[in-house]
Amino acid sequence: MSSGDEASQTLSKKSKKPQYSRFTQQELPACKPILTPGLVITTLISIGIIFVPIGLGSLSASEHVVEIVDRYDDACVPSKGDDEAAKRERLSFIQNAKTNKTCIRNLVVPKKMKHPIYVYYQLDNFYQNHRRYVKSRSDRQYRSPGSEGETKTCDPESEVDDHRPIVPCGLIAWSLFNDTYGISTKDNPIPINKKDIAWQSDKNSKFGSNVYPKNFQKQDPVGGGKLNESVPLSEQEDLLVWMRTAALPNFRKLYGRIETDLEANEKITVVIQNNYNTYSFDSKKQLVLSTTTWIGGKNDFLGKAYISVGGICLFLAIAFILTYVIKPRPLGDPAYLSWNQNSAAR
Amino acid sequence: MTGDRSSGIHFSRLYSFSLMRSIFRNEHSQIGQKGYSRVVYCNDPNNPKQLQLKYSSNYVSTTKYTVLTFVPKSLFEQFRRVANIYFLLAALLSFSPMAPYSASSTLVPLLVMISATMIKEGVEDWRRMKKDIEANNRKVKVYGRNHNFEETRWKKLQVGDLVKVDKDEYFPADLFLLSSSYEDGICYVETTNLDGETNLKVKHALNATAGLHDDHSFLHFKALIKCEDPNEDLYSFVGTLCYEGQQHPLSLQQILLRDSKLRNTGCVYGVVVFTGHETKVMQNATDPPSKRSKIERKMDKIIYILFSTLVLISFFGSIFFGIETKNDIRDGKSKRWYLRPDKSTFLYDPKRAELTAFFHFLTGLMLYGFLLPISLYVSIEIVKVLQGIFINQDQDMYYEETDKPTRAQTSNLNEELGQVDTILSDKTGTLTCNSMEFVKCSIAGISYGCGMTEVERAIAKRKGNVLPEVGYTSPDIQSFKDVYMDSGKSCKGFNFKDERVMNGKWVHESHAYVIQKFFRVLALCHTAISNIDQETGEISYEAESPDEAAFVIAARELGFQFFERTQTTISLHELDYESGQIIDRTYKLLHVLEFSSARKRMSVIVKNVENQLLLLCKGADSVMFERLAKDGRVFEAATRDHIKYYAEAGLRTLVVAYRELGEEEFKSWEDEFLDAQASVTADRDVLVDAASDKIERDLILLGATAVEDKLQNGVPECIEKLANAGIRIWVVTGDKMETAINIGYASSLLRQDMEQIVITLDTPEINNLEKQGDKEAIAKASSASITKQIRKGKSQLSSAKESPVSFGLIIDGKSLSFVLDKNLEHAFLEIAISCASVICCRSTPKQKALVTRLVKMGTGKTTLAIGDGANDVGMLQEADIGVGISGVEGMQAVMSADFAIAQFRFLERLLLVHGHWCYRRISMMVFYFFYKNIAFGFTLFWFEAYAAFSGQPAYNDWYMSLYNVFFTSLPVIALGVFDQDISAQLCLQYPLLYQEGVHGMLFSWMHILGWMLNGVISSIFIFFFTTNSVLHQAFRRDGHVVDFEVLGVMMYVCVIWTVNCQMALSINYFTWIHHFFIWGSVAFSYVFLLVYGAMSPIISTTAYQVLVEACAPRLFRFSFVLHTVTLFKDEAWKVRRQNSVDLRHGREQIA
Repeated sequence: MSSGDEASQTLSKKSKKPQYSRFTQQELPACKPILTPGLVITTLISIGIIFVPIGLGSLSASEHVVEIVDRYDDACVPSKGDDEAAKRERLSFIQNAKTNKTCIRNLVVPKKMKHPIYVYYQLDNFYQNHRRYVKSRSDRQYRSPGSEGETKTCDPESEVDDHRPIVPCGLIAWSLFNDTYGISTKDNPIPINKKDIAWQSDKNSKFGSNVYPKNFQKQDPVGGGKLNESVPLSEQEDLLVWMRTAALPNFRKLYGRIETDLEANEKITVVIQNNYNTYSFDSKKQLVLSTTTWIGGKNDFLGKAYISVGGICLFLAIAFILTYVIKPRPLGDPAYLSWNQNSAAR
Repeated sequence: MTGDRSSGIHFSRLYSFSLMRSIFRNEHSQIGQKGYSRVVYCNDPNNPKQLQLKYSSNYVSTTKYTVLTFVPKSLFEQFRRVANIYFLLAALLSFSPMAPYSASSTLVPLLVMISATMIKEGVEDWRRMKKDIEANNRKVKVYGRNHNFEETRWKKLQVGDLVKVDKDEYFPADLFLLSSSYEDGICYVETTNLDGETNLKVKHALNATAGLHDDHSFLHFKALIKCEDPNEDLYSFVGTLCYEGQQHPLSLQQILLRDSKLRNTGCVYGVVVFTGHETKVMQNATDPPSKRSKIERKMDKIIYILFSTLVLISFFGSIFFGIETKNDIRDGKSKRWYLRPDKSTFLYDPKRAELTAFFHFLTGLMLYGFLLPISLYVSIEIVKVLQGIFINQDQDMYYEETDKPTRAQTSNLNEELGQVDTILSDKTGTLTCNSMEFVKCSIAGISYGCGMTEVERAIAKRKGNVLPEVGYTSPDIQSFKDVYMDSGKSCKGFNFKDERVMNGKWVHESHAYVIQKFFRVLALCHTAISNIDQETGEISYEAESPDEAAFVIAARELGFQFFERTQTTISLHELDYESGQIIDRTYKLLHVLEFSSARKRMSVIVKNVENQLLLLCKGADSVMFERLAKDGRVFEAATRDHIKYYAEAGLRTLVVAYRELGEEEFKSWEDEFLDAQASVTADRDVLVDAASDKIERDLILLGATAVEDKLQNGVPECIEKLANAGIRIWVVTGDKMETAINIGYASSLLRQDMEQIVITLDTPEINNLEKQGDKEAIAKASSASITKQIRKGKSQLSSAKESPVSFGLIIDGKSLSFVLDKNLEHAFLEIAISCASVICCRSTPKQKALVTRLVKMGTGKTTLAIGDGANDVGMLQEADIGVGISGVEGMQAVMSADFAIAQFRFLERLLLVHGHWCYRRISMMVFYFFYKNIAFGFTLFWFEAYAAFSGQPAYNDWYMSLYNVFFTSLPVIALGVFDQDISAQLCLQYPLLYQEGVHGMLFSWMHILGWMLNGVISSIFIFFFTTNSVLHQAFRRDGHVVDFEVLGVMMYVCVIWTVNCQMALSINYFTWIHHFFIWGSVAFSYVFLLVYGAMSPIISTTAYQVLVEACAPRLFRFSFVLHTVTLFKDEAWKVRRQNSVDLRHGREQIA
């Protein structure tokens, strides 16, 4: 670098010399991570050490969840079998509004279930994420009574024949799930609490507390469940749960909560109103009772994933240590440059 | 002085008169015909005929756009890129119901990108416009209605206007020179802006108009000019002037070109002939050939690959969608009744499933468009501009002496600098300083001058023995210089020391009269102009070439001081050897037979005071010796020996000769010569050359000069480094073979342990044939000889295959022309490639370009040409990268170059450091761009597979559109601008690392596909890990399950984390800027989710409150994300270990 004198001289001459700064000379202080064997092995080991316990913790949490899953769609229809006739019979059974669809299932509690016990219904192969389905809603209409007519996006379930709008419009609302469950032990009915099963944001802002169902399911074909026209949308929590479309074709949705404990080996009876048509497409309906822990419901995947990643890391660490010990290589030997090796091979 | 002038005028009148008459006949035939139809009514701007012609105004605009055309034109430019068209179509289609997302969400990023590019274009154009405005509003004096000169703006100037230009002003348009403040109507012009030559050029007015000296003489001046139409030829002009009833022929001598500058002349009067865009300089302003870098070309291919992937997966999805849709109604019954397939639109119609599938295909094309990085082009452009700024700012490439920093003039070749395989270098001015120093001369067979050149020292070092004696003494060069300094006469261009001749002692030499003639030739035979410093009385010279300046200075130092030149005379202060007095002698300059690369000589014909007619000539030995008279060859043998020796010492030699002309002979020749000169046919030059040839013979040899062109600082070291980096260096020069070879040694291009393969046609048999003049026989023999030599070279190479000997190939210009013409190209290239260095001597500018093309096409590798002169322009433009040296020989090479450096040695840093960095940066950047888009795009695809391929995107519209623009692009730019895999110092220390770029190892298909695969794998991990770990059970204690919205946000945040962490892993040089951008992008995405989620659900739709409400147990998710990322880290690390751990280890130690 030139001395101060020179610098001022060059400045006065309006020199084109680039000004010095660490930035312009690309000499900013920087950390330059280099993958030395030591660093890599330490990283791998620490990942392993962190991950394996997390995985074990998750697995044990998952083990603590008690879950009862009961498929009832095939049991709750009169005809069984895979042939066309049986299928058609099942369909006409479910589509006939007048048949008695009550169905009773007996279940055994495998382990003690502490309250709250969550009650879910699970549908398989139901494309709530289909584009036509997802798009068929009108957030404006659900929010305020003034926007009743905003049903453009709701096709084909936007209005009844005389052009009065359907509230709530759209395919999602129209296909509302309407099986119901009543649970009891021996003789005592267990109440299912259906309050607060929807997301708060849905109740508070997405659905209006002064928007009431209108013209809903008033016209053939009737899709799914009907709504009480005197209850505002924001209170219709089943609808709100249903309207939060599922991400994948197999999904569970919250039905309610049981606020009492269930003892192990206790026998419970579920009275199901099997109303919902899943028979025209290959689907399953399941009733799920589940407790939760800090990781949520029963899921071994997460724990297994943590453990396997941690394990792989540890394994690699050992493998690298061995290579490093058995066949060490000096750092920075140009002979190891890959093109040098190539040419040597030639 | 005036006396001198008037005599000059008198003569010049005679001279011009004869010239004019002869030209007149030939020229007339062309005027008025096609291509020669311009008519200018001088000083008559209101003439209705002139107005009718409607020549353009003098308003000049060099901008690419105007206010009106800016938007459409720049848009058009942008949409010429395939990817951009795709994005435009996607944006347009997004207004249709087919679109998987809202129109605004695609339009916004597109608009952001387009406006970013437009702003960049706009700013560039704004700068040009400011320059235009400045030029258009400059003032010039125009002869107005009031019969005096009034100031007006340049842009208001019209054809036919009479203007007055003062000293040191620029000419506002192409002017016809009427007269100047000199009585003989000459003026001096500096044309640096046109051709980069710094020397002054003389222009002459016609004698008919030269008398119009003052403002009043133009009161009744009217004239008519008929001339050629506007064209771009700077070196010709054809026209006639009709003045006072007489026709006068016009030539380039009377034309003052726009953008050149009036020098050394009080003022000139002129008539505007061409205005504005019709001026020659504007006609010349063509765009240089646009060059694209290899990476960019490859990038296009990658884009096509992605396009095909896009089409493929869309097609795949459409088929599935079509089948599923078709199955939705069977026997009149709806299957998935909740979709109402019985009441459907064209987008979802089981009855017309094929059509539905087609529309879905379009939807797919839009949806998977996220595979294509929308911001790639603009990001790369920004990065390259910033890289260019860093190159410009590099202090280590700034040359203090000339105050010139390095300039990256085209930013789109930065990364190409890292892949250079062959450098083709000019010699003079590039490897050397091009400041010529007169060091030796041979007069009358005696060698004078006892300096020692760098080459000589190199040779001495090579031979390991003492320098053979030259002349009668050989003092050490340093002490010799000391003496020189002490005498206080040190001057540039003169490094000659010999006590026998210095300080006027030459008069005592036995051949004093030869010495006198010798230096007289040097003092007279040139085109330099003298400038007398008024205060000190010192004389400085402006010459066309540094050689010439060196000669004039040498002559001055030895007592033949050239001090004045007029149009027709040259005056010297001469030391008379008989009397020992300094006397002034004036020589009448009759003709200058100019130098050209074909003629390789120049002559002047002068008449001295004794009325003797003399032809003084200097030229290359190859053409001079054959022109000597029989009795003029007294010193031939000795001179030849000396020339050979000088050439070996790396000096440039010229032979000096003269002859006396008889009055009669001269007269008859002159007529012929003037005829030739006056002709306007295309072969005018040939005729002039032929005429000159007739008089330049029977010369009497005086001696030879030798000037040294010093190697630039650091050239040998630089060349050695570049060679160590595995770069092949070819020197393509116009010099003699001996000079070239010796410079080769001096610059360590050739080493002693190298074997030389020489291909030359300078063999006795060919020379014999040449003397006979049978051209066919020569051609036949030549090609036979070259084929033989090439074959021999090949066998030499193959026999030495096992041994570590490297080869140097030297080929001369004649052989080169055969090699390039005939089918020997490949054979030649084959041996040339196996040689470590190649020197092509005696090559013409065209050959330089051809050699460059041969290497470029033949090897398919990146070539870099470096040169400083106008003769290198072809080479610079032909090569993949042109580097201009902003040195002595003007700016023309620099103008047409992609990079301009001040010294050859900066090339080392430019290539090894900046080239290496830029190559890595851009490659990593492109990789990463594709990686992040594939990682993102494929999560959409996997989701599709679980959504019946219905075209439902997994994410909210705005998540998708902002992904590319805000959350992932800034870190890439930081990588592209700042990343350094190794420090500059280490790049230079281990030049071998440069090989990575030469072999294109980084930007190879393997790496590209590897990164793409990496992207696909990332997306698989992200999608399946996310879905499997949260579906379908409750994902937290309160029993809520993950729905579509929550899953979208989770996956989105995962993608952003993964992609940004991958970036963090790819960076080798973490500054606070990188940290800021990377973690800032991640943080910004959270902020965005928060803010967007807090908006009314009407706006935010599926994003409403998701982050706050559903994803509150962040810890959970964070650990999850971390986990995915880590998985990834391993992955990436493993890949890296396999591919480049070796390389990295190589670099590591250093740090």
